[in-house]
Amino acid sequence: MKRVLGCTAALLMAASTAHADVPESDEPIKFMIGDWTSIALQGEIMQIILQTYGYNTESVVADDSGRYPGFEAGDLHIAMETWETTQKQNLAKSLETGKVLDMGETGLKGLEDWWYPSYMKEQCPGLPNWEALRECGELFSTADTAPKGRYVGGPVTWGGLDEERIEALGLPFEVIHPGTDAAMFAELKAAYEREAPIILWVWEPHWAPSLYDGEFIEFPAYEDACYEDPSWGVNPDKIADCGKPRGWIKKMAWAGGEEVWPCAYEMVRNYGMDNATLSALLAEVDLEGRDMTEVATEWLTENRSTWEPWTSCAQ
Amino acid sequence: MADTTGASPSVGLGTGLVLGLAALFVVVPALLGPDWLRVPPDWLVWPVSDIVGDSLTWFAREAQIAGMAVQDMTRGMAAVVNAPIEGAVIALSEGLFSGRGLNRTQSVPPLSWMAIVGAAAIVAYRLGGRSLCLTATIGLGFLVVFGLWAQAMVTLASVLVSIVLTCALGLAIGIWSFRSARVEAVVRGIMNVMQTLPIFAYLIPTLLLFGYGPAAALIATVAYALPPMVHNTVLALKGVPDELVECGHVSGCTDRQLLWLVQLPASLAGIAVGLNQAIMMTLNMVIIASMIGAGGLGFEVLTALRKLDIGVGLEAGMGIVALAVILDRISQAWARRAAEGRRRHPGQRSLWLLVLGWLVVATMIAHVVEPAQTWPKDWAISTASFWNGLVSWMNRELYDALEAFRAFVLLNIMRPFRDALAMMPWSVGVGFVAIIAYGIGGARVALYCAALLMFIVVTGFWAPAMNSIYLMTIAVFLALLFGFPLGFWLASRPSLRNPANLMLDTLQTLPTLVYLLPAVMLFRIGDVSAIIAIFLYAIAPAIRYGMIGISQVPPARLEAAAITGCTRWQTLLFIRLPAAVPTLLLGINQTIMMAFSMLVIAALVGTKDLGQQVLIALNRSIVGQGIVAGLCVAALALVADALLKAAAKRAEVAP
Repeated sequence: MKRVLGCTAALLMAASTAHADVPESDEPIKFMIGDWTSIALQGEIMQIILQTYGYNTESVVADDSGRYPGFEAGDLHIAMETWETTQKQNLAKSLETGKVLDMGETGLKGLEDWWYPSYMKEQCPGLPNWEALRECGELFSTADTAPKGRYVGGPVTWGGLDEERIEALGLPFEVIHPGTDAAMFAELKAAYEREAPIILWVWEPHWAPSLYDGEFIEFPAYEDACYEDPSWGVNPDKIADCGKPRGWIKKMAWAGGEEVWPCAYEMVRNYGMDNATLSALLAEVDLEGRDMTEVATEWLTENRSTWEPWTSCAQ
Repeated sequence: MADTTGASPSVGLGTGLVLGLAALFVVVPALLGPDWLRVPPDWLVWPVSDIVGDSLTWFAREAQIAGMAVQDMTRGMAAVVNAPIEGAVIALSEGLFSGRGLNRTQSVPPLSWMAIVGAAAIVAYRLGGRSLCLTATIGLGFLVVFGLWAQAMVTLASVLVSIVLTCALGLAIGIWSFRSARVEAVVRGIMNVMQTLPIFAYLIPTLLLFGYGPAAALIATVAYALPPMVHNTVLALKGVPDELVECGHVSGCTDRQLLWLVQLPASLAGIAVGLNQAIMMTLNMVIIASMIGAGGLGFEVLTALRKLDIGVGLEAGMGIVALAVILDRISQAWARRAAEGRRRHPGQRSLWLLVLGWLVVATMIAHVVEPAQTWPKDWAISTASFWNGLVSWMNRELYDALEAFRAFVLLNIMRPFRDALAMMPWSVGVGFVAIIAYGIGGARVALYCAALLMFIVVTGFWAPAMNSIYLMTIAVFLALLFGFPLGFWLASRPSLRNPANLMLDTLQTLPTLVYLLPAVMLFRIGDVSAIIAIFLYAIAPAIRYGMIGISQVPPARLEAAAITGCTRWQTLLFIRLPAAVPTLLLGINQTIMMAFSMLVIAALVGTKDLGQQVLIALNRSIVGQGIVAGLCVAALALVADALLKAAAKRAEVAP
């Protein structure tokens, strides 16, 4: 692995004649790595780019929602992913302290909603239209939820208004909250192996929808008004009569770093990615079991025209 | 707790009547009286969480002591702690590098696997003979062959530093409280709370104070593993025979000489028990520590399980077990030798020379032969696909039967019990526990228990606390039901003792998540999976104390039984069991404590109890809620502890 890296390093170095003032500081730039693959992979890509221009970088493992004190104190410097769908309020609160910077969108779109494996379509023909769920509740039921269907939602902290959605749309379902996403996918894996009924909260980019064949339910499309104004949508008296918001995935950074590594921050701001590319890279890592550094280096060598413009401040 | 009340057989008729009347005085008003006796009203619930959270944040961010910001002081401490970890990581896992970024090249490699395995084997052979040497070699060899070496050494580095720190601190605090009764009272109180406070509860404050990274993980680990070390040190020092101390005085020892030359050596066996627990708990923390920046095997387990690669998670988990077993067995052997007074054995010096010599030779070999430095990736073997296949097979073949079982248990036993607890008015809960406590232990215990439960009421966590009790009661009941008989059986089979100890150590150090996810696959998200996880973790002390208790009967009594012609069952029921009661009570106590410490982990599969409250607080970084919900868990554990201690006292007084 190190040898692959070394070779590529030489390649990358040859391609770019580093600017005299870069790097501005020898201090390591600390990247937050969460417990999911995409943030680690994007962090790896960004770190290799920065290293190529002489920056010193480090990966630090931190919890998705627990990261903010670290960023405010300057223990963490860059995070490549902050999801609107789950972290919007936390980020906004942290930005108010003035110690944290919004580094712009990655271009990725977070997509999450109710999801079912394709084999369920035969038993509930109306899918993926949400109205079919009104008839199919019993199909998804278990002894403890019967006659209602069992919908595996996210951990309670994720919010997502699923109880409200069920009530507003009159769906015969009960929400089961796991304590962690790993438990959700354990249930999915178990059901998928037996081709048993299951419907749960899934998101993209993630390895599950690329490994398992399935679809998202088509709810009425989300608008801000749907969550705020009861009169909006099919149910005139209730909010949440629509699907979940699909949102940006932003980069964030410690504000103090702007003074220390201005050009590095510029590169992070310029970084961009799209769902299809990232999903393909994620499949390499999660499903093929390939080394993350190897996958990142490979993509960087093959797509120099994509990322070189991000680094203009160093040239 | 319901299952602890049976231990008061000697309550007289008169006392029984008084207690019954008292119970009536609690129940009737709760059923007929005002609403606030049933559901805690607003005026009884104070914003404790907010106050605690705000003051902690202030302390960590703004407070100053003698003109120096607390934050700077704690960060300085973190840097000091970090230095030895970094040193150990360089020596064991990463080596030294020159250059930066992509030009980074290794200038000095770390110690090779061959060097470390060999050194461990030499030390193990010297301390514990051939069998220990074999254990160490097999354990470390497993890490090499399964390709877990690099991560294992990162874990070993931080674990070694934290064990040394725990030992030093534990000894110091233990000695200090041994010398002063007032200190001891305070320390014991603090240690009791620390032992029962879920680690997740103080994770965020630790991060606030010490920042992300190995240092914070290490400090949280030390805080978690410290209590047994302190308890056992105090206990062991108190156990030193008076004659020995007097002998020291007579021969003119100063206080310091008395401590170092008489008391500590004489109490080494007891201190070794604390060391064993400290090691087990430190390795138990590896997963949680890796969530806040410790890396190593724990992170390997986490990432594998996120992808539901149960086999890889299991292998990495077994790596943690291997480290735990090796560290434990070697340190035990050392303590045994030291206790036997063989510390100044003439072989000692040559041992260190031998190890040093081997390290030099092995490093030279590794310099020439690449596979001796780093085990090649292609040579690594893995059984992961087998385990993944096994779980899938169980899922396909056994699911229907398990689902029927789950539905039956859930609908007919668990749900009714949960609902009954949830419906119980808080005044009845507090009142009943107080009455029971009074019956077993008198007014002081009753007051203590009632005060602890009122803390839960006042902080507004009564409802989730009831849910915790429901999970705990079922899990602890099952653990005792299966654990004690298994322990009794194992005690009668001396040849099984070593495998049994290995199994128990595995249960205690194998990361719970490794079996939590298969449990979810077979029993779905919910309380059944949670109880299975708590049960598997809490059964270890039940088995262990069952084993110890039943084999502690004085041989004279057994002989008497044999002479009077008792059958095996009669001997068990009338001789062995009564003699084992005090130990078994301690076993129940430890089982309950273990079960409480699993509550938050069990919440990962989705419960609605105090553990979930702690988890929510952690996810949303609400400092106050996490600590206070954690303190409520501690309060429940302390109530159980107080009741059991009182019961044990009665059992000793009236056997």
